[in-house]
Amino acid sequence: MINILSAILILAGVFFYLAGSIGLLRLPDLYSRLHALTKADNLGLGLLIAGLALHSQDLLIMLKLLLIWLAVLAASATSAHLIARQARRQEKVS
Amino acid sequence: MNPVSLLVFDALLLLSIVGLAWASLATTDIRRGVILFMAFGLVLAVAWGRLLAPDVALAEAAIGAGLSGALLLAAAHTQPRPLPPESTNTPRNHGAVGVVLRWAVTLLCTALAGTLAWALLHVFSSTPHDMLPGAISANLAASGVSNPVTAVLLNFRAYDTLLELAVLLTAVLGIFTLGQANPGYQPAGPVFDGLVRWLVPVLILTAGYLLWVGAHAPGGAFQAGAMLAAAGVVLRLAGRTRIGLPEGFMLRLVMAAGVGLFLLVGLTLLILGRPFLGYPQAWAGTLILMIETAAMLSIAATLVLAFLGGRPEATGVKAAANRQCEEIPRC
Amino acid sequence: MLTTQVLYALAGCVIVALGLRGALLHASLLQRIVAINVMGAGVFLLLIAVAYRGPGLAPDPVPHALVLTGIVVAVSATALALALARRLHAEQGDD
Repeated sequence: MINILSAILILAGVFFYLAGSIGLLRLPDLYSRLHALTKADNLGLGLLIAGLALHSQDLLIMLKLLLIWLAVLAASATSAHLIARQARRQEKVS
Repeated sequence: MNPVSLLVFDALLLLSIVGLAWASLATTDIRRGVILFMAFGLVLAVAWGRLLAPDVALAEAAIGAGLSGALLLAAAHTQPRPLPPESTNTPRNHGAVGVVLRWAVTLLCTALAGTLAWALLHVFSSTPHDMLPGAISANLAASGVSNPVTAVLLNFRAYDTLLELAVLLTAVLGIFTLGQANPGYQPAGPVFDGLVRWLVPVLILTAGYLLWVGAHAPGGAFQAGAMLAAAGVVLRLAGRTRIGLPEGFMLRLVMAAGVGLFLLVGLTLLILGRPFLGYPQAWAGTLILMIETAAMLSIAATLVLAFLGGRPEATGVKAAANRQCEEIPRC
Repeated sequence: MLTTQVLYALAGCVIVALGLRGALLHASLLQRIVAINVMGAGVFLLLIAVAYRGPGLAPDPVPHALVLTGIVVAVSATALALALARRLHAEQGDD
């Protein structure tokens, strides 16, 4: 039962990653691509980590996985902001 | 695990790794090549995890992908964009001679790969000589740590690690002789500054944890030093002037601490009648921890200095007044 | 002879060849440094594949230690090469 649930969560996470990658390839400009990539990938990672945490059934591992998700969330949000800000500045100059 | 699904996983992972390596070298835009190289390093870290090498995976993710990538990206930014056509991966010789040369080099490299593959298949078809791993697991209890990789690095082959720290020091001394550090970066906006505020303490804490846990689990001085270096690099990228590096004499002391403590321990043991770096069993754990701490600080300082790219500028009040950062937008 | 070992070792050989070809043929110094790093990563892949003993067994720790040393030496060599390239660029104005 737990295995089925964690498999569903992991598959949902992979689906969001796929959505983010398709967005990276198909969306027209930098900002929409950043938006799709950051949001979809972080949600995908969250679902992936939820599935893995459920599968491991060990509190310490669950906490470490949660920390990983929070760190990736913060880092990817910051880097998306920095990339978008730099692109905006280059647009204004040119 | 199901062997077929593992095989599929291996095949996909290796295809991604080789594909990323190819793409990183085939592109004409250097920045894209460097970013693809960073991605290559990170997927390679997954491969290390698959091959049951967690110590190497940690080091590859931190040093191989992270710090190497940061160094290369910082260098790639000094290139003009778009690249002039002479600097792309077109051959230096043009015309028929150039084409023949390219084909000759490609054939030679393929022959090299074929020879390596033949030699490896020869090795794999015979049973592995497990004398060395057998000797290591037999002596692991006497080595002072229970992680075999740490035991090999800091006890059985401590001499190699001493020389490696010396290589790191020599590289940084070479970088020092070549010029001043790269100009700094602009002070960070609120988002990046907010990230740095909590990220750097977490990195320092993780570095201490990796140093301590390296005795009985994957970790150790190199990974810990790389985390500290990452903290320094992040502070530098956020435009801070004080990035945790000591100054003047203290900096030289920290840079030499790794090699110095190693030599001190080795020579003391030599004077006491034991072989060079032959730890007595009761003291082995403590000595290894001491040496690892000094090595961690040394590695962190040298890697941050490598990222700075030269002799660091002084951060005193007088030096700040002398700095010409106001007009240059990058500084 | 484990399939996993063979697969990873062959990939390592291919990556060494790719890196060497890039190091010899690229015109830009920075791309050659990247190619040498890729070649180094291929060598590490070879070493770790040789150290792998199977799914449940402990791998051979000596190649792991060698690769760990190799990663640190590679990054210090890259840093020195980049500093040299920067100084060359400043002195000559091109690669």
